Amino acid sequence: MKRIPEQIKRLAVVIAVIITGVVAIRYFILPSSLTDGRFHRQSTVERETAKNIVFAGATICGNCHGDKAEKKKAGYHKTVNCETCHGPAQSHIENPANKPAMSGGRDFCVFCHAYDQSRPTGFPQINPVLHNPLKACITCHNPHDPVPPQTPRECSACHAQIASIKTVSPHALIGCTSCHNVPEKHKVSPRSVRPTKPDTREFCGKCHRKESDRKDAPKIDLATHGERFLCWECHYPHRPERM
Amino acid sequence: MNRRKFIKNAILFFPAAGVFRHLLKDAQAKPGNGKYDPANHLYGMGVDIGKCIGCGLCIEACKKENNVPKEPFFCRTWVERYVIKRDGSVTVVSIEAQKEKPRAEETDVLRSFFVPKLCNQCENPPCVQVCPVGATFATEDGVVLVDSKRCIGCRYCIQACPYGARYLHPETRTADKCTFCYHRIVKGMLPACVEVCPTQARIFGDLKSMASRLVRFTRINKIHVLKPHLNTEPKVYYAELDGEVR
Amino acid sequence: MNPELVKRLSELSQEVTGFIYPNELEIHWSILIVVYPYITGLVAGAFILASLVQVFNVKEVQPTYRLALLTALAFLLIAPLPLQFHLGHPGRAYEIFLTPQLGSAMAMFGFVYLWYLMAVLLLEIWFEYRKDLIVWSKGGKAPMKWIYRGLSLFSSDISEAAVAFDKKAIQVITVIGIPSAFILHGYVGFIFGSVKANPWWSSVLIPIVFLMSAIVSGIALVIFLYMVITPLRGEGINMRCLDKITSYLFYAVIVDFTLEALDFIHRLYESEESIKILLKLVTDKLFVSLWVIQILLGMLIPLGIMVVVKSLKLPEELRKLFYFISVILIQLGIFATRWNIVIGGQLFSKSFRGLTTYKMEVAGIEGLLTAIALLILPFIVLAILLKILPAWEAGSAEEGAAS
Repeated sequence: MKRIPEQIKRLAVVIAVIITGVVAIRYFILPSSLTDGRFHRQSTVERETAKNIVFAGATICGNCHGDKAEKKKAGYHKTVNCETCHGPAQSHIENPANKPAMSGGRDFCVFCHAYDQSRPTGFPQINPVLHNPLKACITCHNPHDPVPPQTPRECSACHAQIASIKTVSPHALIGCTSCHNVPEKHKVSPRSVRPTKPDTREFCGKCHRKESDRKDAPKIDLATHGERFLCWECHYPHRPERM
Repeated sequence: MNRRKFIKNAILFFPAAGVFRHLLKDAQAKPGNGKYDPANHLYGMGVDIGKCIGCGLCIEACKKENNVPKEPFFCRTWVERYVIKRDGSVTVVSIEAQKEKPRAEETDVLRSFFVPKLCNQCENPPCVQVCPVGATFATEDGVVLVDSKRCIGCRYCIQACPYGARYLHPETRTADKCTFCYHRIVKGMLPACVEVCPTQARIFGDLKSMASRLVRFTRINKIHVLKPHLNTEPKVYYAELDGEVR
Repeated sequence: MNPELVKRLSELSQEVTGFIYPNELEIHWSILIVVYPYITGLVAGAFILASLVQVFNVKEVQPTYRLALLTALAFLLIAPLPLQFHLGHPGRAYEIFLTPQLGSAMAMFGFVYLWYLMAVLLLEIWFEYRKDLIVWSKGGKAPMKWIYRGLSLFSSDISEAAVAFDKKAIQVITVIGIPSAFILHGYVGFIFGSVKANPWWSSVLIPIVFLMSAIVSGIALVIFLYMVITPLRGEGINMRCLDKITSYLFYAVIVDFTLEALDFIHRLYESEESIKILLKLVTDKLFVSLWVIQILLGMLIPLGIMVVVKSLKLPEELRKLFYFISVILIQLGIFATRWNIVIGGQLFSKSFRGLTTYKMEVAGIEGLLTAIALLILPFIVLAILLKILPAWEAGSAEEGAAS
């Protein structure tokens, strides 16, 4: 066998020392609490689950404040949990003397109910500057069962965006109920009982066919114009284009 | 014992053994000694865009519950407002809880809505894939957590998250993000943001549960997730998600 | 929260254009993470130049061989420092080696680095210097004598057979070393290229582009060092060597430019969703660093200079001046390339709807001064290495033979 060169022998010693050192330290000397991922994950989960609770959760409030909870259950605020308005209440559960705050002024209610065009249609919104500006909201609306003092006559109470678009349109003077049949129950269960939309061309044709007497309405030949379609499939009735 | 007797006993043996096994299994599967078993749960969240009113109470509640810095530069969850106009322009802003001044009404708007965002707790999480020390990991019940004692603050996970859900906590100098309020959900409570949402636009649930609000949500709505082409398999399911949302 | 941080972030948020996710305000990978691939690129490039001598037997380049190896070592030793300074918890950095997450490119890079340092670079340097170490240890004075003996691992065989074995060993190591150098810097490129969340980074070409620009910058650095150190030693510059290396640099720049142009054309042509915000990025935020510094100053002008030198027969002094200008411009250009990739990739939002700004601190652990110090440090290390392991014999007969 050929003689192993001397430099290889030296190198082999150094490499052997390094490798045995690393292997010994990593696999034998260091405790598994340092090297095993499962320990780290377990301790992380334990640390996470031990964190403080700040919000108590809706169901607990009802245990002591059952009357308010009952009242809220059937009203418009049934989806609003207690801590949404009253803030975190875990410390109140632990020490009932720490009462959660609630401002009685106007500044809180408007976070949700001030008019904002990005809010979904049908969400009750008011213009805070115009709507009873000096009164606190709770004067007329019980926050646990916020029925408005009178059932809104105006659709704009919930459909503010549509109303604001319509007021600058050629259809401004046409009332909502001229075109939509609104069952009374819509004001109570708005998502399940819905108003109707006109389902014939002749409906819009009452004003817009060329034989109509209505002077300010643009005229078309109902027999040929957009033959097979309902008018609102192309034209936006809340803001029809000006001719 | 002779052969006949042996066969007779064998014929009785197998059904007897089967019954025995069943009884043994029932005895072991006691209705839980109360211990939480993560293998029985898989958490997800549903977001109904049609219900979000952009009040921002979820952002504030999350910060209170989870010790997130109050400044708007660090968010575990946030809400974006989209305004899409007839000329095709799309404007997006992130709303700040409780600081929203009334905005001037925009004209010629086609669609406008709010989109709550948070960590999607992906089933195929790119952040877990790139963490060099395994400090971020997915639990068995489907929540991605960060081990703040092991995180070295290299911020690779922040770069790898396509949704911008992660940030570097200025005090611990480790990566941080929404944990679905893990400390609440393992006790059967709801995450703080779901708790305070006034319109129930956020729906939390257990995908493995037999009866769950989230499962129903995914049954009756057409569901979208953010950035599906990246194959991160998010577990935050959006209903009525507009195509302009990134 | 720290009021200074709040102030800084508030000012930063005023400069945002369009929409960014709230957590994207701050740039997380700062100038230190620009310095780091720049340094590892120099390592890979210098090593590959040195390998030309061994594997392809390019004798003209021999005078720079040891210099290139020591340059690679000096820069490789400093390379982990920017990473260390950048970590949120530098004290936990050992976790990458102790409990790496094997799916992470960053974790595996730690092992690629170690492999390259120990099994390639240190081994090759040891074999190259072994005979000289023994000779120096015999002739030297007290502290240096024992340092040399230790460095040579107490070996003592300088017979012809042993030296021939050394040369053979270097050849084998170089053959392993070239792909290792490719992997070393290609891996850094992969760390960026594998991030699917970021369309500026996520590309098959990024590891290749990183590697080619590394080779360009490494060769340019060795030229620069050779042109600076040789007169300081009182020797004359070997023009055949210099011309040869510069022509390699020329070819490398052409390949690098072609690849970067290919990436750009490909993006424009496919015109994917991110193209709008990326075009905004390169015309608005990265205008100076990309078009002016990276492309014009860093590639086109040096290319033009080298074409001129190749086609005309210029006198030696003029050639040396042109080479010197070119290599400095190239270094600037490659640094700008790293900047454009690292910082550029974080300037646009992943919503594709907005841009943020990078406000580099001057002082502070991730600031400009730290970056400059980290760029100067390898030269100091190199000077120390050259003192201990001189790269040339004084009045070297080798150089005379080569010219």
